[in-house]
Amino acid sequence: MSRENALFALSRFGMGASPGDASSIASDPRGWVLDQLSSAVLPPQLAGLPDGAQSLRRLGQLKQERKDKTDANKGELRQLYLTEAAARTRAGAVSPTPVIERLVRFWSNHFTVSTLRLTVVPIAGAFEREVVRPHVLGRFHDMLRAAIRHPAMLAYLDNTQSIGPHSMAGEKRAKGLNENLARELLELHTLGVDGGYAQADVEAMAAMLTGWTFDPRDGGFRYAPRLHEPGAKTLLGSRFEGGEMEAERALLMLARSPATARFIATKLARHFAADDPPPALVDALSRTFTDTDGDLLAVTKILVTRAETWAQPLAKIRSPDDLVVATMKAMGGDLGADQRLIQSLTLMGQMPWRAPSPAGWPDRGEAWVGPEALMRRLEWAKAVADRMARQAPADLAERIIAAGPATRQAMDSAKGRDALFLLLSSREFQRR
Amino acid sequence: MRLSRRAFLGTVALAASSPGALAAADDRRLIVVVLRGGMDGLHAIPPLGDPDYASARGGLALGRDGTTALDATFALHPALAPLTPLWSARELSIVHAVASPYRERSHFDAQDVLETGGVKAHALGDGWLNRALGGRSAMAVSQSPPLLLRGAAKATSWAPSPLPGLPAAQVQALAALYAGDPLLANAFEDGIQMEAFAADALADSPDMAGEARKKANSFPALAAVTGRLMAAADGPKVVVMELGGWDTHTAQANRMAQPLTQLAEGIAALAAALGPAWSKTILIAASEFGRTVAQNGTGGTDHGTAGAMILAGGALAGGKVVTDWPGLDKAALHQGRDLRPTLDDRAVFKGVLKDHLGLSGAILDGTVFPDSAGVRALGGLVRG
Repeated sequence: MSRENALFALSRFGMGASPGDASSIASDPRGWVLDQLSSAVLPPQLAGLPDGAQSLRRLGQLKQERKDKTDANKGELRQLYLTEAAARTRAGAVSPTPVIERLVRFWSNHFTVSTLRLTVVPIAGAFEREVVRPHVLGRFHDMLRAAIRHPAMLAYLDNTQSIGPHSMAGEKRAKGLNENLARELLELHTLGVDGGYAQADVEAMAAMLTGWTFDPRDGGFRYAPRLHEPGAKTLLGSRFEGGEMEAERALLMLARSPATARFIATKLARHFAADDPPPALVDALSRTFTDTDGDLLAVTKILVTRAETWAQPLAKIRSPDDLVVATMKAMGGDLGADQRLIQSLTLMGQMPWRAPSPAGWPDRGEAWVGPEALMRRLEWAKAVADRMARQAPADLAERIIAAGPATRQAMDSAKGRDALFLLLSSREFQRR
Repeated sequence: MRLSRRAFLGTVALAASSPGALAAADDRRLIVVVLRGGMDGLHAIPPLGDPDYASARGGLALGRDGTTALDATFALHPALAPLTPLWSARELSIVHAVASPYRERSHFDAQDVLETGGVKAHALGDGWLNRALGGRSAMAVSQSPPLLLRGAAKATSWAPSPLPGLPAAQVQALAALYAGDPLLANAFEDGIQMEAFAADALADSPDMAGEARKKANSFPALAAVTGRLMAAADGPKVVVMELGGWDTHTAQANRMAQPLTQLAEGIAALAAALGPAWSKTILIAASEFGRTVAQNGTGGTDHGTAGAMILAGGALAGGKVVTDWPGLDKAALHQGRDLRPTLDDRAVFKGVLKDHLGLSGAILDGTVFPDSAGVRALGGLVRG
């Protein structure tokens, strides 16, 4: 039983099992999870990558030379993206704190920025390092504030172009508001769509966010008073008096709303327990979120110790990112150069930091294993098994999955790379 | 996939015992294209003849240059020019000032309502098109079926894969792996059947298939292979495709030309690849909502309400712009900012399902669109 619990913990809370993992944590799987919550250090694979401001300055230069578009497709910006995405994928596979890597992915997806917008291409990795990693065990409000102020988010959701209609710039140029960031901030980042806001709140939030932009010359956040809509605004019944700090105060209010607690709790429970999460777990998480003023360490501790998240068998379908990382761990090696690694994710439908919308990647099984999606996974598993045949697939299976009778039987009647292919295809390996 | 042909009809045979199932010989085809992101109907199908058009749209207003006039009021955006031959052949219709019952402005809830056919988001867990299948074989051109096609009735998904197929020798062993796991078992069975069918149906058009494999993001290339699969006598009869890129909050005049071109070329590619079967086909392209009438502060438009739907197909009584046009006068706008909806999109879907696929009023009002008896099927869309 302890081996099963260890394998469960490795997949559910971590990024999958390497061949030696289960035996080394078998005495205390729960302790293995909890110990990782003591600190979140930057994985060495990500050290030395350029910060967002640096990459934005470079993007600005390329824009002046009118080379930004071609460069994002094949030049140095594209190269930087590939380096970042591959480093992050590898960090997931080799980190000694895979629970942190999973949490980073969860929050990165919650605050989605997508490379569908060109400006995001060179700074998506920096966004994750600068916004998510520092706060993954910190306070929700701090992560929210960092996310909304980051140039990647300000560019992705158009806030850099939103201008108060009565601001100095607005009066002069007959320009105006863009609601994009304000709406997604309320709907996707904090309150949730049923969180009790109306169109007027979206417009008030958009007005408060005017002037939140970045300086392309130094690549950092900048408040531009010339763009800011003057005057008082009302958000969810509270009055805000204008100026640079009003949006700051609004973010704090949103982070402390009970609707936000409930929304975050539901998403966390869905990711760690089941597509349709147990209501008691959602309640417990939501309560802790509110009681601790959004202390994500406290919330995460509840998450990883409640019975609901330890209920066997593994109920969640691995996303393509989960699957690729778990395969790297299982095979104990790399799956190819940067481009090839990212291609694997792309053809299974999850190119890193390229979610189709600000809602991020889906977190339900049926969205990931439709008929064609499953065919792709199996075709990919076949290619991996052919390339990386192992001598003793049955022994490997014993170390990385808690195989049921169907999987054991199928593997028993196959040999070598065929058996390895069946292992990677098995339901136990496809779920977490 | 190196498998012998297993008729896609296998899927149909399983479902055909369900009540309301139609004979497999039914050769009528339906394609629904979900335009994700909120297509600006006023930009795609501009009401150039509306007296308030130019002032209401400001910098986004189009001139007549390059457009195709549809009638005294409406025109096709220049990027939709590939649809002009269909208009001339009466194989294209436009429905304007149309919206789902949803009146808020979230993409994700609006798409939920568009796809489930409910009156509010998250009230129904399956798609209206799934409930309308009645035994017809259905396929989404994607990795996993979108909500529109998900539900109790069987529906598969397929897209051209750049990877080599699975060895036939291991299909049995794989199937055994998923016994007792319905999500994986069903996806596997449907995936294998579809791979075999597609390999066969595309055997004579390797260039087309290769093009679609290479250009994973090209809607026209995808549409061409889709049309080829649908043209096969035992191919899927109901198909869902998706096209994004419509969320034009900024620089709309430039940004929207691309998805419009993709859509128009895609529809033209479907018509060509379907060949004679195009005469039995209707395509509906619909989006979750329209956009604001006035441009926003950044040369784009924000989330709005009513928009336009594009219908095409040889089975269409085409050449019409169907609308109870509310006008663009400020006083006529919904909440003073959006095109006012004067038609429920379910009326359009019902009209096509009734007159093209022969679904009964009772099934449409009770099952496909629950409690929707008050929304009457729009007549006259389909060739009699």
